[in-house]
Amino acid sequence: MATAETAFTGNAKQQRSPSTPMATEPPAPANQPMYASRPEIYPRSVKGAFRKLKWAGLWVLLGLYYIGPWLRWDRGPGAPDQALLIDMPGRRAYFFGLEIWPQEIYYITGLLILGAVGLFLVTAWAGRVWCGFTCPQTVWTDLFMWVERKIEGDRNARMRLDKGPLTASKTFKKVTKHIAWLFIALVTGGAWIMYFTDAPTFVVDFVTGQASTALYGFTALFTATTYVLAGWAREQVCIYMCPWPRFQGAMFDEDSLIVTYEEWRGEPRGGARKNQSFEGRGHCVDCGMCWQVCPTGVDIRKGQQMACIGCALCVDACNNIMDRFGLPGDLITYDSINNQLARAKGEPTRKRWFRPRILVYIGVLTIVASIMVFSLATRSRLEVNVLRDRSPLFVKLSDGDIRNGYTFKILNMEREAKTYTLTTDGINGATMAVIGHQKESVPTVELPVKPDDVAPFRIFVTAPRAALDGKSTDLDFVLTDNHTGEIVEHATVFAGPGQ
Amino acid sequence: MADKDVDSITGTETTGHEWDGIKELNTPLPKWWLYTFYATIIWGLGYYILYPAWPWLSGYTLGVLGYSSRAQFVETMAAVDEGRVGWINKFEQLELTEIAEDPELLQYAMAGGRSIFAENCAPCHGSNGAGAPAYPVLVDDDWLWGGTLEDIHTTVMYGVRGDHDEARYSEMPAFGVDELLEPDQISAVADYVLSLSGSGTVNEDGKVIFEEQCIACHGEDAKGVTDLGGPNLTDQIWLYGGTKEDIVAQITTPRHGVMPPMGARLDDAEVKQVTIYVHSLGGGQ
Repeated sequence: MATAETAFTGNAKQQRSPSTPMATEPPAPANQPMYASRPEIYPRSVKGAFRKLKWAGLWVLLGLYYIGPWLRWDRGPGAPDQALLIDMPGRRAYFFGLEIWPQEIYYITGLLILGAVGLFLVTAWAGRVWCGFTCPQTVWTDLFMWVERKIEGDRNARMRLDKGPLTASKTFKKVTKHIAWLFIALVTGGAWIMYFTDAPTFVVDFVTGQASTALYGFTALFTATTYVLAGWAREQVCIYMCPWPRFQGAMFDEDSLIVTYEEWRGEPRGGARKNQSFEGRGHCVDCGMCWQVCPTGVDIRKGQQMACIGCALCVDACNNIMDRFGLPGDLITYDSINNQLARAKGEPTRKRWFRPRILVYIGVLTIVASIMVFSLATRSRLEVNVLRDRSPLFVKLSDGDIRNGYTFKILNMEREAKTYTLTTDGINGATMAVIGHQKESVPTVELPVKPDDVAPFRIFVTAPRAALDGKSTDLDFVLTDNHTGEIVEHATVFAGPGQ
Repeated sequence: MADKDVDSITGTETTGHEWDGIKELNTPLPKWWLYTFYATIIWGLGYYILYPAWPWLSGYTLGVLGYSSRAQFVETMAAVDEGRVGWINKFEQLELTEIAEDPELLQYAMAGGRSIFAENCAPCHGSNGAGAPAYPVLVDDDWLWGGTLEDIHTTVMYGVRGDHDEARYSEMPAFGVDELLEPDQISAVADYVLSLSGSGTVNEDGKVIFEEQCIACHGEDAKGVTDLGGPNLTDQIWLYGGTKEDIVAQITTPRHGVMPPMGARLDDAEVKQVTIYVHSLGGGQ
């Protein structure tokens, strides 16, 4: 730690390095290798407003995640009663009252756009809220760190433990920690699988050894990723693996809320005793609390940096110290750069919530959300797919008429049995026979479809040769829902021998 | 060994080789790589012991497990056959109409029939029964030997004009080559035949000859006699072509298609499956 004397005499900026965690390593040679080994980070526990917020976020998010698969939603007989379910073998996704078929997978695109633009908006407004408070990597790392602290103690105790010899007590603590981590990871991995299969059945099968190899395999996979990412990789995920921190700087402007150190007030820094005068020096007492509580090990006094995930724990840590010295709080502040500059000049601060980029993000969000809501509200629950036979292209019948074969699929996406009326349009005198339903060829046929089902029909359309227009004649299938009157038309062609 | 030469910048040992002042670092392999490598060697040894591995002049080491891919194949095929037994039994015991009315059996027959057809029938009858010149179309509503399940089954089983005793058989006299009719008589009767399906005008001379020579097999109404394999001459479907030239050629030197008895190369269950498949193509009666 720098002494008060040196801090007073020299240029503060050049003297900052001693209080960074990197300072414990030997000075790097001029041609240092590209690889830097990871310095172990021992975050200190901290109390304060942001820590409370972070705990609240953690419990709410984990609660949602673990409880999610257990919510039930009655969809009637024959349908799964899990509120949130992605049924891969059944090719359906369920979200409470919403049922998504594979054909509607583009809603995922809408969701992703909403997620991305929402992230941009929040970042431009309030900084790295996602990274610091809600990202799964942050939430689970926080949970794992809490477990670690409960078992091994706080920062100093953990550092002593790691430096000390391998005693029975150390072994016990380490083993207990990893078992606890693995247990959390298993519950996490298991809960993930429950979003893809019926949760109560899965738990019973899993415990009794009845679940399929695939389910065990995926559970093991997600258990392993949780354990490795939250237990071992931690801040390295944010610094080295995640692309988001690398380009989110583009979302910031001078009015975005970010975690910053008020250099104008803090410098020149230096150690201090209680009740001493802060006349002629900065308010930073160089206690090092800000970087000791940091989960990614950065020193926020060096300015805004990529490794800072914006969790604001250093704000809490610094405010506690400022209180003790009777100094005003928010030396490290969660505020905009413009406000910081204003304070430095003694000007009033202001919050500019609605800036052009914010309005653009809100605009895009509104448009995409409106499109999503509109398309969901008006989406058709009836679709047809028509596949025309290509071998043979057409068949000449004994009376000279021409017949074409079609595979006609009706997708009834509603949970009730339906009957549809099918007619054709475009060829005079065209009649239809449906294998298994309609033996004699007639102009109009009735087709029954079970609830929530895809029904394939083999349809033979017969047309008098005189009504045909060369080798290919336009033909429309017109399908009418007998209950609702909804009409779906499908344009296809009818092949003939030509002239 | 002489003193190890260590590179001052990286602190890594060098190989001692030097070219124009450039030295080669002897960077050790990463430990994880090395251990993975050792593990694969141990794995490989285990493989040699458990599985067939080393060839010698007249054979190879068999391995402790006694595994062979050929045996595995035989086993797999036996399992497939075992799985089929229940189906095959049903196909052998049940009547064609019973099979066609059972949705499960029908589905099985359609799937099996499709591949049997592709392998055995498609070369002449075309893919999906589309037919080929001089080979009957199986998807239309015109049948030389009948289009009911029973009729199709008999035709598939014993063939047409083949060497099986029960084969379908019909023969049209060679009116021209054997000089049963004069060329102008053949022309007249061809005109009449054409008029039966609505083209040209009725040739009265031809009509007289037709009633003398043709109605025995083609029927008094010329609509064919299925039992005798006599084709319907009043429709739009012509096996050997529907122009006057084609008809004259067929009367002068008739062509006769031959179909091998499929019962000789397919088992009963297979014949039934392919029968149901053909019946479903669009022309079944």
